[in-house]
Amino acid sequence: MNAVLDDLDAYLQAFGYTLALFVISGLLSLVLGTVLVAMRVGPVAVLRAAATTYVTTVRNTPLVIVFAFFAFFAPIINIRFTWLDVHIGRFDFTELFGAAVASLSLYTCTFVCEALRAGVNAVPLGQAEAARAIGLPFGGVMTNVVLPQAFRAALPPLASVQIALIKNTSVAAVFGVAEAVAQMRTFTNSFASQRLGIFIAFAIGYIVLVEVVSFAAARAERRWRIA
Amino acid sequence: MTLAAEGATSAATGEPLVVLDHVDKWFGDLHVLRDINLTVNRGEVVVVIGPSGSGKSTLCRAINRLETIDKGSISLDGEPLPQEGKELANLRAEVGMVFQSFNLFAHKTILENVTLGPIKVRKQDKAQAETEARALLDRVGVGHQAAKYPAQLSGGQQQRVAIARALAMHPKVMLFDEPTSALDPEMISEVLDVMVDLAKGGMTMIVVTHEMGFARTAADRVVFMADGAVAEENTPDEFFTNPRSDRAKDFLGKILRH
Ligand SMILES: Nc1ncnc2c1ncn2[C@@H]1O[C@H](COP(=O)(O)OP(=O)(O)OP(=O)(O)O)[C@@H](O)[C@H]1O
Ligand SMILES: [Mg+2]
Repeated sequence: MNAVLDDLDAYLQAFGYTLALFVISGLLSLVLGTVLVAMRVGPVAVLRAAATTYVTTVRNTPLVIVFAFFAFFAPIINIRFTWLDVHIGRFDFTELFGAAVASLSLYTCTFVCEALRAGVNAVPLGQAEAARAIGLPFGGVMTNVVLPQAFRAALPPLASVQIALIKNTSVAAVFGVAEAVAQMRTFTNSFASQRLGIFIAFAIGYIVLVEVVSFAAARAERRWRIA
Repeated sequence: MTLAAEGATSAATGEPLVVLDHVDKWFGDLHVLRDINLTVNRGEVVVVIGPSGSGKSTLCRAINRLETIDKGSISLDGEPLPQEGKELANLRAEVGMVFQSFNLFAHKTILENVTLGPIKVRKQDKAQAETEARALLDRVGVGHQAAKYPAQLSGGQQQRVAIARALAMHPKVMLFDEPTSALDPEMISEVLDVMVDLAKGGMTMIVVTHEMGFARTAADRVVFMADGAVAEENTPDEFFTNPRSDRAKDFLGKILRH
């Protein structure tokens, strides 16, 4: 573990990337997942079918293949993230980071959609009917009445989805983002004898992130509990 | 406590407001509405009564198009009900609906329940909507509960909030689908009192209920439904004392016996 303690900077920087991947992909996945669920329960048949197809396809594809798509195939059909060139302090957010965020959020949003759909189904039908009865159009019914209640009902599965996302950010290592697992490999390559300590140090990093998310979810659940 | 709208009269003006013309509806093979012809005039209070499964709820829900109809037409204030989209939403804003199970928005406070429609649909500003909502809540006797959530209120209080929520949209007509049948007996009268005041204030109302007391005090007309059709229409007194059809006699016999 001394290897890590001696180069705490590299360790923290790596988790900085992990955190950045998680926060950005997490927020995007929530937004996209909400749009998907609105399409899936909405009145337009074409959108319903499109969302259903997307969710079933992507959700059943291993994440590595989604990453491979953005790494190898997307550039061929001219989807590139070369426009991304942001530098904040010691952090560089460039093409690889963009591709990783796209892969993670487009993958995770399908799980967000399914968690939210269960939440929507948990909202009594009368809630939506009462909302329609006061003259709200579909969008208004969803944003004002159904989704806020669906989010509350879906909070535990949504937290699980976001926790899975934290761990999935490690796949970005394969594609050259210098996040935690990539840095862990650098450490173990240079200090093979300290492998166990290095693993433990990085496991602790993930546990801390996961615990923060669990704690936030538990607090939100308590605060939002319907009286 | 009075819910009288300014300038409204308690007598029906004779001008048709809700008109159902040869309305038919099926749920699959089940013919739930059979050739319904019904005109409700402005200011009129119509009580709809009939055995379970006779199509009363479906009739109510068809009037604000929570259910579509298969044949015939329904019009409100001379305009046929729009098919969908913005116009349909606008129509629903003109028709107040009170459900058997209240259906207050569980995640919103009592005040927010009442202001949601005025703010989001009528685009009123928040302060004005809240002032009006508080006045309405005071009138239905739950003004001091404004900051609470629906689950913290009794059934009778929730139903009165639901009435206030519908009234906040200034509807042309109010539909009530068995508004008191989910309530404990001691709470029924507090809701009926509010409804009687509304009726006296000149509100046009279509009320599905088996509360004969309400029908006798507030209704101009009783419509008796059986098997999806209107089997009999009469004044409350005539209907309850002198039912003409066998179905109505049979039905009244059953509900009067206990
Ligand atoms: N969504 C639906 N799908 C299929 N059948 C339905 C549906 N809603 C109602 N029905 C059937 O239509 C018939 C009329 O139902 P409706 O709810 O209008 O009756 P009601 O007169 O309101 O009865 P109650 O007094 O029990 O409320 C019933 O036989 C009912 O089972
Ligand atoms: Mg009914």
